[in-house]
Parts: sequence; C-alpha cells; structure tokens
Amino acid sequence: MKNLNRYGYVFIAPFWIIFLVFSIYPVLLTFYYSFTNYSGSGEAQVVGLANYKRLLTDTYFVEAFFNTWKIWGVNFALQIGLALILAMIFSDMRMKLKGLAFFRSIFYLPNLITISSVALLFGILLDWQHGSLNMMLMKLGIISDPINWLNEPTTAQLSVSLILTWMWFGHSFIVVMAGVSGISKDYYEAALIDGANRWQTFSKITIPLLKPILLYIMITSLIGGLQLFDLPMLLTDGIGSPDGSLNTMVLYLYNQAFKYNNYGYAAAVAYGLFVITLIFSAFIFKGMYGKERKQPRQV
Amino acid sequence: MIGKTAVDKSFSNPVQNKSVIESKPKPKRSIPKLILYIVLSVMAIVCFIPFLMMLVNATRSNEAILSGFTLIPGSSLVENYQTMMSYINIWAGFKNSLIISVLVTLLSGYFSALTAYGFAFYMFKGKNAMFVFMLVMMMVPGQLGLIGFYELSKTLGILDTYIPLIIPAAASPFVVFFLRQYIITTLHPSLIEAARIDGASEFKIFHTIAIPIMMPAIATMSIFTFIGSWNNYIMPLVVLFSPEKFTLPVLMGFLKGSQVAQNLGSMYLGIAISVVPIMIAFLFLSKYIVNSISAGSIKE
Repeated sequence: MKNLNRYGYVFIAPFWIIFLVFSIYPVLLTFYYSFTNYSGSGEAQVVGLANYKRLLTDTYFVEAFFNTWKIWGVNFALQIGLALILAMIFSDMRMKLKGLAFFRSIFYLPNLITISSVALLFGILLDWQHGSLNMMLMKLGIISDPINWLNEPTTAQLSVSLILTWMWFGHSFIVVMAGVSGISKDYYEAALIDGANRWQTFSKITIPLLKPILLYIMITSLIGGLQLFDLPMLLTDGIGSPDGSLNTMVLYLYNQAFKYNNYGYAAAVAYGLFVITLIFSAFIFKGMYGKERKQPRQV
Repeated sequence: MIGKTAVDKSFSNPVQNKSVIESKPKPKRSIPKLILYIVLSVMAIVCFIPFLMMLVNATRSNEAILSGFTLIPGSSLVENYQTMMSYINIWAGFKNSLIISVLVTLLSGYFSALTAYGFAFYMFKGKNAMFVFMLVMMMVPGQLGLIGFYELSKTLGILDTYIPLIIPAAASPFVVFFLRQYIITTLHPSLIEAARIDGASEFKIFHTIAIPIMMPAIATMSIFTFIGSWNNYIMPLVVLFSPEKFTLPVLMGFLKGSQVAQNLGSMYLGIAISVVPIMIAFLFLSKYIVNSISAGSIKE
C-alpha cells in the first residue's frame, strides 16, 4: 500500500507544475514589478513603495474605483430584484405558472453571448442619432428626442449597468430557483394552513432560507463586477469615455500596462484591486457565517 | 441535478388551500395570471429585442439603417457579407476560438480529473496543505497575475501563439475542487481495491474506472470551461498580435476599429455571425446548461 500511495504525487504533479509556472509565478512576478518602474523593456529598477503611494493619491484610480462600484451596484440591485420577483412568481404554489423552462431560457440567453459581441452590438444600437434603440423608442413615442446614451457620463454608466443586468438577471434567477427548489415544501404548506399571504410566505420563509444562496450570488457577482473590463473597453473609446465615466479598475490596469507601458504602476494597480476584492469578500463571508449560525439550515 | 421537475414537485401540492385563500382575501391574490403572463412576455421580448434588431439590421444596407428603424428584414445580406469579408475573415476567428476552446476543455477536464483522483484516493505527505493552498489560490482574481503572465510568456517566447491560452487550463483549481467532491461521494475505495487485486495498474484504474464515473461531473464543468474560454477577451487580447490568429472576441474588437465600422449593415452581420451559433447551440443544450448552473450553485 505504501508503495502505491506514491502515485498520489504522480497524479497531481502535472497540475502543480503548470499551476506553479503559469499561475503562482506570474502572481509573484507581478508583485515584484509593483515595486519597480518597469516599462516593458530594459531593466526594472526597484523604487520601493512609490507605486503604491501614487495609487492612493491617483484620482483616476479612485475615480475608477467609484465608477466600478456605481456600475456594479445599480446592476446588482436590478439583477437580484428581478431574479427574486421572478422566483417569487414562479415558486408560488397558488399560482402554478407554466412556461418556467421557456422563460428561464430566454432570460438566460444573453449571459452566454460573448461580451465583446454584446459590447459591439450595444455600441451601435445605442448610437445617439443612428442607433436603432433611439429610433425605436421615438417611433413608439416613449421619448421625443434621442437620448445620447454613450456620451453623457450618467447615461453611459446607466447603459453599462442595464446591459449587465440584461446579461445576468437570468443567471441569478436560475440560481435563486435552484435554491428555492431545495426548500422543503412542508414550510410552504404550513404557511398556507396558517393563512400566510404571498408576501409573508416569501419574506418570512423563502428569503431567510435563501440567504446562503443570495450571498453566494453576491460574492460571485461582486468579484466579477470588480473585474469589469470588456464592456467599457469596447463600448466607447477604450479609455473610459465619456469623461472618464466608464474607466473601471481593470480597464485602468490594462491601459496603464499595455497602452502607456507603465508595467510597474499597473502591477501596483493589480494588487490594489486584489486587496479591495479581499476586503469586500471577507466582509460578505463574515456576513454569511454570522447569519448561518443563527438559523436552522435547510439543505 | 436539481432541475425543473424538482421545482414542480415541490409546489404542485396545494392540499386544502382553496378554503384558506377564500376565507382571507388579500388584494395581491387578485392579480390575474393573464397579466403576469403578459408582463413575462414583455420581459422576454425586451430581452430578445437587441438580438432581433441585430438580425434584421444584418440584412439591411447602411443607408437603410441610418434612415430609420424597422423590424422588416432588408435585402442587403449578401452585400453586407461581402463588405465584411473583404476586411476581416470572421470564419478564421471562429476556427481559432474553436481550436482553443476545445483544447482548453479537454486539457482542463483530463488533468483536473487526474488531480482530483490523486487528491481523493492517495495518502501522501503535504496533501492537505496542498489542497488548502489550492483553495486559497482559487480566490485570487485572474487579473492579478496578468502583467507577470505577459512577461513570462515573453521570456518563454510564446507570445502570439496559442500556448499561453491553452496550457494553463491543465491547472484549473475550481474544476479540481468540484471533481474531487464528486468522486469522493461516487467512487467507493473498495472498487479500486478490487481492481488492484485483479492486477490493474494505477493509471488503468483511473482511465477505466474513475474517468467513466466522473464523466457527468466532467461534462458539467466542461460546459463552463468551454463558455469561459470561448468568451475570454482580455487574455487573447494581451497575448495575440497577428490578426489572423485572433479569437472571435478579439476579432470583434478589431472589427470595431476597422473600416467595416463605417458600414453598419456589415457590422451587424459580423456581430450576428459571432452570436447566432451560440444561440443555436443553446437551443439544444439549454436544459442541460440550466441544470448545470443549478447543480453548481447548490454544491457550494
């Protein structure tokens, strides 16, 4: 037996070799670069904490941080709100709506489409004068003048939020429904017998029992949201126009490194982003465990 | 797999609720189903209309698109296609994306299964520490190592090749984690013992017993790996330089900056070509994909 256990190393060796070379080493190398003024060629000179000092006072980075949050926040509120309303409608025992599979598929479809195609599509659909969206809204009489979606900071950010909602609410809906299906029907029957109404059933039974799932959606969405890149990159000019409103943290990182050749500083931006992600994830995790201890858990 | 049936079963058993409902009338209950269906249908249309506009506009000429909005298809499909193809070869992008995504999926599936099996069925020094370390690294966002990854690829001389886009897939911590959880509960060690007594080698046991048992879980993960690789934009954008090597997402970005952007019809057609095959694939796989998402989120 002892002999055979050595095979363990053989089985996991390919993973570790590749993991060390292509994942761990680049992360460490980036960490080293964050203390240098490396510009993509020539020698990297160690400059100590200069990059990190710059990061804390860099108004573009701070702006990118808040932009990312605003865009993600609006999107998340809409996305989870829609998902919960849909889950409430479809999980209602008294209503017995049909067509769950059909609507679920339609709502989920945008999530599968390559984001760069989505960005390109909306880039031309949202065009001020020639975009089909404005033309359609005007034809339907919803608006009288074309909205300059992508040229005003507020509407540009709102556009990105709405596109993200469009892409993700179906996914959240599926995950929420999966959570709902794990809740014992006994609770609902008891609620029915006790005469609880629809809203009471939803807010007193479904929501509390769904908390772990909701927090899961929140963490994955937040981590994805903080890395927002493809949409702002391709929707406008790739450097965050209009007026820096679509400048997100990863877009800033990308441009610093591969557009302006400030590799050292971009590496510090990457670590700044990492620390921010860690702090917020830890915050949510804490919320998750704090909540779980207080409640009977339904698996 | 927790899918539709489970949902339906849990909610299709209202026993004696009729009387309960009628004895306590609440305004919310009076919402007729019809209105809900209408609202849901409107939502479905809103969800689908960007795609509809894309498909219609792909058949219209630039002038027609500029002059107004309609959902009636035009007659410039062939013209748009020729204009687009004279600037970029979208099918090459398709082929490149397909090659990369297929290899990534195979590599990730096989090596993750191998690693998961190693972690699950052998006792060796440092096993737990390594597993925990892997879990911790799972939390690290991909962009953290981006600059180091680029520099490493430069040093290794593999920039502008597919190697940096494919090989790292052999180390996918999340897939390993998922498969390990799966095989621990589905493969009993006594089966391995029996195979050993019959004289099977360790690798033979893995290939003929463990892999088939893990197959459903590998398939589930493969869907996500494939979609993730197919949609990946930032990595190929950083690594590839030659337009003929571009993947579909990078080619889309390239399309935006090219002459094609002046002809909206061709532009819509290019986007449509990148989108429609995924829609068709989804048509056949939607149930499976939805179930995989449900299963994936519940397991965690």
